[in-house]
Parts: sequence; structure tokens; C-alpha cells
Amino acid sequence: MLTVDTIVKSYPGAEGPVPVLRGVSLSLGRGETLALTGESGSGKSTLLHLVAGLEAVDSGTITVDGIALEGLGDRQRARLRREIVGVVFQQFNLIPSLDVAGNIGFQARLAGRHDPARDRELAERMGLAPHLGKYPEQLSGGQQQRVAIARALAARPGLVLADEPTGNLDEGTAEAVMALMRDLVAETGAALLVVTHSERLAATMGRRLHLERGVIR
Amino acid sequence: MRREGLRVLLSHWRRAPVQLVTLVLGLALATALWSGVQAINAEARASYDAAAATLGEGTFAQVVAADGGDMALEDYVALRRAGWLVSAVVEGRLNGVRIVGLDPLTAPGGLGPVELDGGAEVGRFLGGEGQVFGTAEALAALGHVAPEKVLSPDVAPMTVITDLSVAWPLLGMEGRVSRMIVADVQPLGRPALAEVAEGLSLRPAQAAGDVDRLTDSFHLNLTAFGALSFAVGLFIVHGAVGLAFEQRRPLVRTLRALGMPLRLIIGLMAAELLALALLAGGIGVALGYVIAAALLPDVAATLSGLYGAQVSGALELRPVWWLSGLGIAVLGTAAASAGALWQIARMPVLASARPRAWAMARGRGRMVILLGAIGLLVLAGALSAAGSGLVAAFGALAALLIGAALALPSVLDLALRLGARGATRPVAEWFWADTRQQLPGLSLALMALLLAMAANVGVSTMVSSFRLTFTGFLDQRLASELYVSVDSGAEGSRLEAFLEGRAEAVLPIVWVDRSVAGIPAEIYGTRDHATYRDNWRFLDAVEAPWDAVFSGEGAVVNEQLARRAGLALGDEIAVGPDAALPVVGIVGDYGNPVGQVIVALPLFEELYPEAEATSFGLRTDDPEALSEALREFGVPEGDTIDQAALKRFSLDIFERTFTVTGALNVLTLSVAAFAILMSLLTLAALRLPQLAPVWALGLTRAELGRLELLRAVLLAALTGLMAVPLGLALAWVLLAQVNVAAFGWRLPMYLFPLDYGRLLVFAVAAGALAALWPARRLARTPPGVLLKVFSNER
Amino acid sequence: MNVRVLLVFLWPSVVAAQGFAGLGTTVEGYDDPVPDPVFDFPADHGAHPGYRIEWWYVTANLTAEDGRDMGLQWTLFRTALAPGGDAAAQVWMGHAAVTTAEAHFAVERFSRGDVPTAGVTAAPLKAFIDDWAMAGETLDEVRLTASAPEFAYDVTLRAEGPLILHGEGGYSVKSDEGQASYYYSQPFYAVEGVLSLPGEDVAVTGSAWLDREWSSQPLSETQEGWDWFSLSFEGGDKLMGFRLREGGEEGYTYATWIGAGGEELVPYARAFEAEALERATVAGRQVPVRWRVRLPERGVDVEVTALNPEAWMGLSFPYWEGPVRVTGSHEGRGYLEMTGYE
Repeated sequence: MLTVDTIVKSYPGAEGPVPVLRGVSLSLGRGETLALTGESGSGKSTLLHLVAGLEAVDSGTITVDGIALEGLGDRQRARLRREIVGVVFQQFNLIPSLDVAGNIGFQARLAGRHDPARDRELAERMGLAPHLGKYPEQLSGGQQQRVAIARALAARPGLVLADEPTGNLDEGTAEAVMALMRDLVAETGAALLVVTHSERLAATMGRRLHLERGVIR
Repeated sequence: MRREGLRVLLSHWRRAPVQLVTLVLGLALATALWSGVQAINAEARASYDAAAATLGEGTFAQVVAADGGDMALEDYVALRRAGWLVSAVVEGRLNGVRIVGLDPLTAPGGLGPVELDGGAEVGRFLGGEGQVFGTAEALAALGHVAPEKVLSPDVAPMTVITDLSVAWPLLGMEGRVSRMIVADVQPLGRPALAEVAEGLSLRPAQAAGDVDRLTDSFHLNLTAFGALSFAVGLFIVHGAVGLAFEQRRPLVRTLRALGMPLRLIIGLMAAELLALALLAGGIGVALGYVIAAALLPDVAATLSGLYGAQVSGALELRPVWWLSGLGIAVLGTAAASAGALWQIARMPVLASARPRAWAMARGRGRMVILLGAIGLLVLAGALSAAGSGLVAAFGALAALLIGAALALPSVLDLALRLGARGATRPVAEWFWADTRQQLPGLSLALMALLLAMAANVGVSTMVSSFRLTFTGFLDQRLASELYVSVDSGAEGSRLEAFLEGRAEAVLPIVWVDRSVAGIPAEIYGTRDHATYRDNWRFLDAVEAPWDAVFSGEGAVVNEQLARRAGLALGDEIAVGPDAALPVVGIVGDYGNPVGQVIVALPLFEELYPEAEATSFGLRTDDPEALSEALREFGVPEGDTIDQAALKRFSLDIFERTFTVTGALNVLTLSVAAFAILMSLLTLAALRLPQLAPVWALGLTRAELGRLELLRAVLLAALTGLMAVPLGLALAWVLLAQVNVAAFGWRLPMYLFPLDYGRLLVFAVAAGALAALWPARRLARTPPGVLLKVFSNER
Repeated sequence: MNVRVLLVFLWPSVVAAQGFAGLGTTVEGYDDPVPDPVFDFPADHGAHPGYRIEWWYVTANLTAEDGRDMGLQWTLFRTALAPGGDAAAQVWMGHAAVTTAEAHFAVERFSRGDVPTAGVTAAPLKAFIDDWAMAGETLDEVRLTASAPEFAYDVTLRAEGPLILHGEGGYSVKSDEGQASYYYSQPFYAVEGVLSLPGEDVAVTGSAWLDREWSSQPLSETQEGWDWFSLSFEGGDKLMGFRLREGGEEGYTYATWIGAGGEELVPYARAFEAEALERATVAGRQVPVRWRVRLPERGVDVEVTALNPEAWMGLSFPYWEGPVRVTGSHEGRGYLEMTGYE
């Protein structure tokens, strides 16, 4: 589902380019779950952004569902994000002008795979059913993240990416949210890549990789 | 501490130079708009006055020959040597051009040809071959003449002005004087006219002419629009200052937390604003001057001239002007920032520093504003329905405009909700929802656009209606090809006999001043002729009103009289001692403050045998030949008025007004566009968290940019659509209420859909232009900037 | 039309003061004054249209029946727009003024040369513009009249002495470069008549002074104006003196000492001294209104004070002209004219 081969990425800094990823490789099959851990600044979020097609690599290759990302234009990357990948960020995942129902269905509809029944089921299981008419600013942090996860899964993506999805939540809420997410991903048979600095969370994943200063240890 | 505080406050601008520029430019543009309109207004008034003076011809008393012919130069010399301060004028025609020769040395102050501001030119005017001043048309028609031709576009049509000694040989009138202008102030011990020379008569200065009165109403309306453009400017200033304060709320909180007294902070901010207002005001006045100077084609070195009207050639940068411009900038800033300063004064130290724009998205605030708007609109309706007088009319105007502006966000929200209902695709749904969310941040700018558009629609409607009405009125009232006046009734009878067979019809213009239904009025006797049946338009009339009038069984009254005396068709009015007639028609009369009653001439002569006709309208197929005949008969040049030239001159003035209003349209719209641009730029930072998720979910930045552009166009178009009815309402209040209150007659309103369409296109273009840059910026935002939204280090 | 502009063009001294090249010096085509003139009276009391500028200039110190001091001025100017003496090229300008200690009135008239509303004939004498006139059988007895919206006068002037020729027999040098004019005076007029002022007609008596002058190049380019004094001392002696200012400094000065009765006549070039002691703000300008005037050769050291400092001639071409009182080594009255104070 996902192959990452010796990718390199640096950002411009005050004194020339600052390398963030220095030859990272990994692979992830369908139904597999992977935790990516590391210190702040180790490059784990960058790796996730690259895989999601939100940014482009300096060198190396990334293949998602058989599609090589290098050489893709803005338009094709946007299509990748719509149709193949589901992303959950730490915060501000939601579109403030749409209500919960609108948010959950948004990506699926963009991808042309909208299934209202599935939306309802996801909302039900996420405990969002009473909140479907609310707007993001009226929800708590945990509720917002559950909406984000429901939205990512509603489109039945092949690859689910999550960047510190529970970083803003307390421990109890975090575990409940993650458990739901693991279950739902498992049901769809998608691959799951979670970036986290939480050992407890990492321990619940099928595999784990540790990033340190841009390389996998 | 004061210096530190100021440094910190000012450091905000260093970090946000674009905001500083937008604030100053916004203020400057608003001021420019105000002062530009003021200047144009003043200049327009000046040129109207000049035109009115030209049409009226006669701000000075004149000495003329009692027999209507010309006078000997000896008579002039005798008068001068007796102490009469008179100035000789010789007039005549050459190749169809009216030649006016005058004596610049004795002409009363402000009289003479165009400004002769170079010393050498005076010598050329007086001496040698001399000079003739006139329009290109007049100079061309004049053909080859010895004196030098000098182009002076604002001399009356088909007229040239020159020195007495130059005119004499041109006209072959050596030693003759057509008329003498009498200076207003005369020396002591002057003998009576008859003692000096025989056969002369003194013709007093004429009161202001009809056209003069007509233009008065136009001046009033222009003034109203000056005030309106000020209101537009105030909205923009309010928006600019408000947003700048919004962004510094966190800074204020920090400063207070660090121990700076609130009073000092507010004082510093007020001082800062004052400085900015003065700077922007100065730029604005200069800009306004440039605008006005560019708009006004040298109205200029004109009729300083023959008719006593002073039109300053160049636009003057008067101190009053500067002061009023700066005053507007400071006042506007004060009005706009008072609210913001008050909020800062009330803000608890630990209040959320989050910009309020977020909180404004929903909530009760809009409801309150909507209720206020509805209240104002109801008030506007009530005032225009029930109120009377100028104050009520202007009150209605103000309530209408402010109410409509306040209602705009709610109305737009409703429109967007309706739009969202029709959306089926997710991006479209998001687009409508997101547009609704942008409304609070953009509403001030959109209100400015609304007012600007409404003003434009109003101006176009009013000016065009005015022109149509005026043209119609001229056609109606100036139906005769020539107008001629004589000195006495006997002369009039002689003229009538002379014209028998020469003119197609001679229509005497004869009236008496009488009180009718308690209102001062003029009663006219009118000869039965197709001229009236063909040309006069009635506001209200029985069937075949002229038949009734000419058979002596009815009277026509003008609108003023009907309104003031509360007359309706069929009401009897006393038209003379023991004579009453029913009103059979009411006519619009746009040049007259007093009432008019029109009855048949035979009846009139029976009722008022003492009234004598000294003015006549002449119908003819060949005005040229007829005026030639009149000259032979001995009617002086100035006493025959060529209707076509009169009309052409009046309409020329309107054309000039159209150019000016057209440019004003563009100007107000660009200011509104600037307000939109400013709002969009200020909102850009707040927009990122709203746009980043959509981007992450699979829209490209280019698509987002296009949607931003589309959003601005949509809002501008919706606002423009709403501005059309508002502008029409505005024009209606001005034409049907303000005018009636001020002058007693109502200008009919005509609609000009093509003009409105064009204005709408302008408004949309303005919105699109304003959004272009922010949209491009969004399309080129680096992904990293967008990604920061999602991580914690914001 | 802006008449002031017209005047700038027509008034040679202003032209000269503003440095219009060539106009202050000889202009091609005009007649020029030459030394040792032989006047032909009364013909020379008439106009000399071949010259560029000419004036008939009367000032009078008057006393009302109740003892009030007053003054009047009557002036006719002639200017040629072009050389050749053609009537159409002549422009006439009249100035009339009345001054009391409290009030000052001044008016002007204009006339073109090709319409007979102004002109001068020598015998019988008549100089006029509109209804204003100086007329009589000869110059020895003339009636002087003028009218304006706020005043009028009608007075008779009777000569009690001879004509006085200034400079070298009437050839009056105005600068070291040789600018000159023809200049003679009748300073011995006795006056009697009526001034009409707002609200009253005042019978007056006094003395008057007529200046006749014509030239084509009155001032040199650097001269910016003049201060001209005509003083009548108790005992009958008279003094005419002027100072031409150059670049703010004392320039050329000239004086004629006229002994009582006109028998003694002495010209003094560069001996006359005039020093401004006090200035007043008049019509927005600083104008000297008290002077120290000296002619050491004759023991004259007097203070000359304006009767009314506000005697400003606010006309198309503005200047100061008004009656003065004389105290010091000599006592008396006179007139003061000051031009070129901008």
C-alpha cells in the first residue's frame, strides 16, 4: 500500500538548507498498522506530510497504492488526498463553516464515494449522532477529533494517516478515540500510519519505527 | 513610559506595513472623494451660474434707444461727459455670427472678454488689428477677418467678443452704439437721462431668469450627493480604523498586563490616529484636487465676461477647502474610532485577545442590527409618507440609506442561505457556507459598496431624469423658433402687424400678476395655436383641455399652483374680477417658483385690457430670414433669441455634467473596491485555519484562490443587485420629496436599465479586482504555512 | 477684464520698476525730451501725443470754514500704447481724491483715445475725462471739477505767481543715466470752492499746485519708485523735492527752491535729503508717513507729517498721495506722493 524509499527532505534555514529527513525507507501493507515515534523535530510529521502528498520530497521515492508521488502536479496530489488517503491532524481538522454532518461527508463526497448509511454508522459508533447539526466551534476537543476520524474513514481510504491525533486530548479520551480508530481501520482493511510521541499509543500498533534526527533507528 | 508605549504601538505598523498603507490610503481616498465632489460641485455651480447668466443676459441695467434702433456715439460721449458711468457696446451679425464689441476700459468690473491676464494681450485686444474671442464654431463661421482669432470655448454660442474699435469696421457701424451697460454704482450729481440726450431709455437689470431657478434645484441635489459621498467615505474610514484596532487588542492586553495605564494607552492611540488622519487627510485633499482638476475640462477662462458671471479658470486650492478636507478626515477617524477606543477602554485586562471577527460569525449581534435596520427603514417610509418639508425629506433619505446599509448583512445572509439550498456538490455547499462565514468580516466594505452603488444609480437616474424632463420642458416652452421682445405695447402691435405674413404665427407672451386662490401667480393670455396642442404635456387633464381653454371655458394651471392651492381638475379658480373658470389641465413647470394660470387670449384681453404684450414667440420655417427681417424692422440684436442656440447651450451644460458624474461613478466604485481589498487582506490571516482543512482534504491552492475570487464577485454582484432598488429609492426621494419640499414641483422619474446594468458590471469588476490580489496570494501560499495550522506550534 | 493688469502694461514707471528690459530707456518711435527746451505756451499746456506718458496733476491744501485741514487731488494721465501719436493708441486715466484727517476717498476713470470722452485743449484750456474737468480761458484761472459716488468737488484756481520751470529750464533730469522729462509747475494757485462729502457740503479755501510733466522714458531700470514733496512754507517760499529710490537706497534726488513770488528759482541736484522717521501699515504695506526733509543749502530742516496716514490710492495702480503738515525750521503745508511701495 505504501512504500517509502530513501527519501530526503530539507527546509530552507537561516544558514542554508536544514535537513529534516535523511534517507528514510519503510513499507506498509494493507491492513497493517504502524506507529512512527520520535522526538520533537525528528521529522516524523514531515514524513507524514510527504506521504499525504501535502509536500514534495527532495529525493527518493514514495509510492501510495501503486502511484509514485514524485512528479505529480498540484492537481494530482489533490486527487490523491481526496481519493486514496485519509488524514487526521492534531487540531483544526474541521471546516468551521460546515456542521458535523457536513464535515463527515465532505471528503467522501469529494471522492465521489459518499454513502449516507456509512456516515450514519460512523457517527453512531463515534458517539456523534446527537451532534450532527452542530458546528465545530460548539464541540469539545475530543468530539472534534472524532469527527475528523469519522470524516477520514467515511471515504474508505486505502491509507489512513494520523499526526498526533490525540495530542490535544486527555489520556482517557485519547485511548477511547484510538481504540475506535484501530477497529474501524481494521474493518476497512486500510493501512494505518500514526505519528505519535506517546509510548502507550505506539504499543497498541502492529509495528513501530523510531525516527531520530531524520533517520530510522 | 509614554515614549515606550508609543514605540510599541507604532511597532505594530512596522510589522504590518500593508495595513498601515491601506489605512492611510483608505482614509485618503475617502477624503479625496469628499473633497473632489466638493470641488466639482462648486465648479459645476459656477458654470451653471455662468450659463444662467448667459441665458438671462442682463445683470446690468442698460441704456438703449427708445425706438429700438442703435445710438450715435455722441450720445455715449454726452452721457459719459455728464457723469454717467456707462460702457458702450456695439452688436451685429457677420456671417451669422453675433459680434459683440465692447470697451474694456469702461466696462463695469468683471466685464469684458475672457480673462486677459498677460499684459501684452491687452495691447493686442485694444490696439492694432485687435482680437476676436469665441468658440471654434463661431470663429469658423466668422470666416476671414482682420483681427486675430482667439479660441474661448465658453463664450456664448455663435458669438464673438471683441473691442469696440474692432467691431465697428467689421459691422460697418462706425460711430454707432447698440446699447450701453450701466455700472451699478454711479457718481453724485448726475443729471437725468433725458436731460443729457433725447430718445434714450433706461432698461433695468433683469431678475434671474427661468433657467436660473431651474438650476437651483439641481444645485440642491448635487449638494445632497456631496453629503452622500461623505457618508460612503465615513463607512470606509470606519472599516479601516476598526480593523486596525481589532488586530491590536492582544497588544493592548499585554501592555496593560505589564502595567501601562489604560488612559495612557488610549491617549497614545488617539494621538496616533490624529496624526494618521492628518497625514491621510492631506494626501486626500491633494488627491481630491487632482481628481477635480482632471475631471473638469478647463471650464474656465470663460465668461468672466460679457454677462457679468465670474467663472474662475483654474480650480483654486482654497484654504477652506483644505480645512474641510482635513476636518472630514479627522472627524471621520474620530467617529470611526470612538467605538473601537471605547471597547478597548471597557476590555478587561484578561479578556480573550482573540480577534472578535470570530465571535461575530453568529449570535445575537446580527439580530440587533437587523432590528435597527428594520426600524430605520420603517422610519424612512413613515417620513416620506407622512412627513412634509425639507427636513423630513432629508431625514427619510438618511434613514433609508443607513437602514439599508445595516440590513445588508442579513439580506446577503438570506440570499446565501438560499444559494446553499440549491447546492448539491460538496465544494459548492462548502463555498456557500464559507461565504456566509465571511460576511461579518466583509460587511463594512460591502456596505460601502452598497452606498457607492446606490449613489451611482441615484445620480444616474436623477441626472438623466432631469435632463429628459428639462429637454421636454425646453421643447414645450421653447417651441417657437424665435423669441423677440420690444419696449412697449404700441411697439408690440406694430411688430405684430409687421410680422403678418412673415411669420407663420405670432404668439404673444402677455401676463398679469394676480393672486389666485390666495397664492401669488401669473395669469397668461394665450393665443389659440397648434403650438400648445402639439407640445405641452399635462400631468393631469380633462379630455381636450386646450379646446376648453380656447373656447374660454377652462384654465390650465401649473403644478406649483395646483400643489400649493390644493387644486384638482374641475376646481373653479377666480381668473379675474367676476370671472371664474374650472381647472382643465395641470402642467409641469420646471422653471418657475410662482403659480401660473393660462387662459384664452380674447378672454384675457377682456379681463385685463391694460396688459400689453411686449414679448412674442414666433413660429417660422426660416428663422434666419425672419431674424433678418426683425433686424430690418429695428429690433436690436439682443432682443431676439434664437431658440435652437438657447437649447443647444443648455444641453451642452448637461453633457458636461454627465462626464463628471460618469467619472464620479468610477471613483466611488474604486473606493469601495479598495475597502473590499483592505478587508480581504486583513482577513487573509484569519482565513488560513478555515481553508487549510479543505486543502488537506483534496482541493488545490489554485482552486481555493479561484473560489476566493468567485466569492468576492458573488458578494459584489449580490450587493450591486440590492443597490439598484436602493438607488432608485434614493432618486425617488430626491426627485419626488426633496424637490417638492424645496421648489413645489416634482421631477418625474425615468428608469435607465442599461445604465444600471453597466453600473452592475462595474461593481462586479470592482469586487473582482479587489479580490484578485488576495486570491493570487492564497494560490501561492507555501504548503508549510498551511500545514502549520494543524500542528501545535501556532 | 483686469484693469490692474492693463495698468501694469501701461504705466511706465511700474514697467521700469519691474525691470522690463528696454521699456525704461528710449523706446523706438517715441519723441524724447532734449535739453534746453523752448516751451510754447499756451500750446504746451495741451497734449503731446508723440511722447509716451504725460500728466496734468493738481494737488490742493484746503481749509474748511471751521478750520479743518483737507486736501484734494485731480489728475489726468495720458499714455500711448504705440508710438506715432495716433488717437486710437492713446489711453486716458483720471484720478480724483479728497482727504480729511479722518477720511480719504479715491476714484479713477478710464477713456480710450478714439472716443472723445477725455482729452486736453490748450486754448481755451480744457483738460477733461468724462465729467471731470480743469477748464478756463487760460491756465491762470481754471475751474476744477470731479464727481464720485461718495464725494464731488467744484473749486476755482487763481494763479498768483508765474509758471516755474524745473531742472534746466524745464528739462528735468531723473537719473545719472540721463533719464529726463519736461517738467513745469504752477505752484501759486489760490483756491476757493466747495467739497461735497458724505452728509455735508464744505466751503473751502486754500492753495493748489499744478504739475505738468511729459516724457517717454521717465525712470531708469533700477529705480523702483519715488517720494515726491511739494511744500509751501509760511512767508511764501516753496520747495519741490523728490527722491528716486534705487535698490532700497537713496538714489537720485532733486529739488527746486522757489522764493516767495516766484522771482528766485534755484535747482539743486543731489542736495535734497529725505529720511523716513515713521512708517504706518496702510493697505497691508509699510509706508512712511513722517519724514525728515532737509535742504542744507537753504537751511531747511523740517519734519513732514501726513494729515491722514490712510491716504492710500487703492486704485488699479495703487500709490500714496495726501496732504502733509510741515514743522521745524520752516512751518507750512504741502502734498506728499509715494510710489513703488509694494
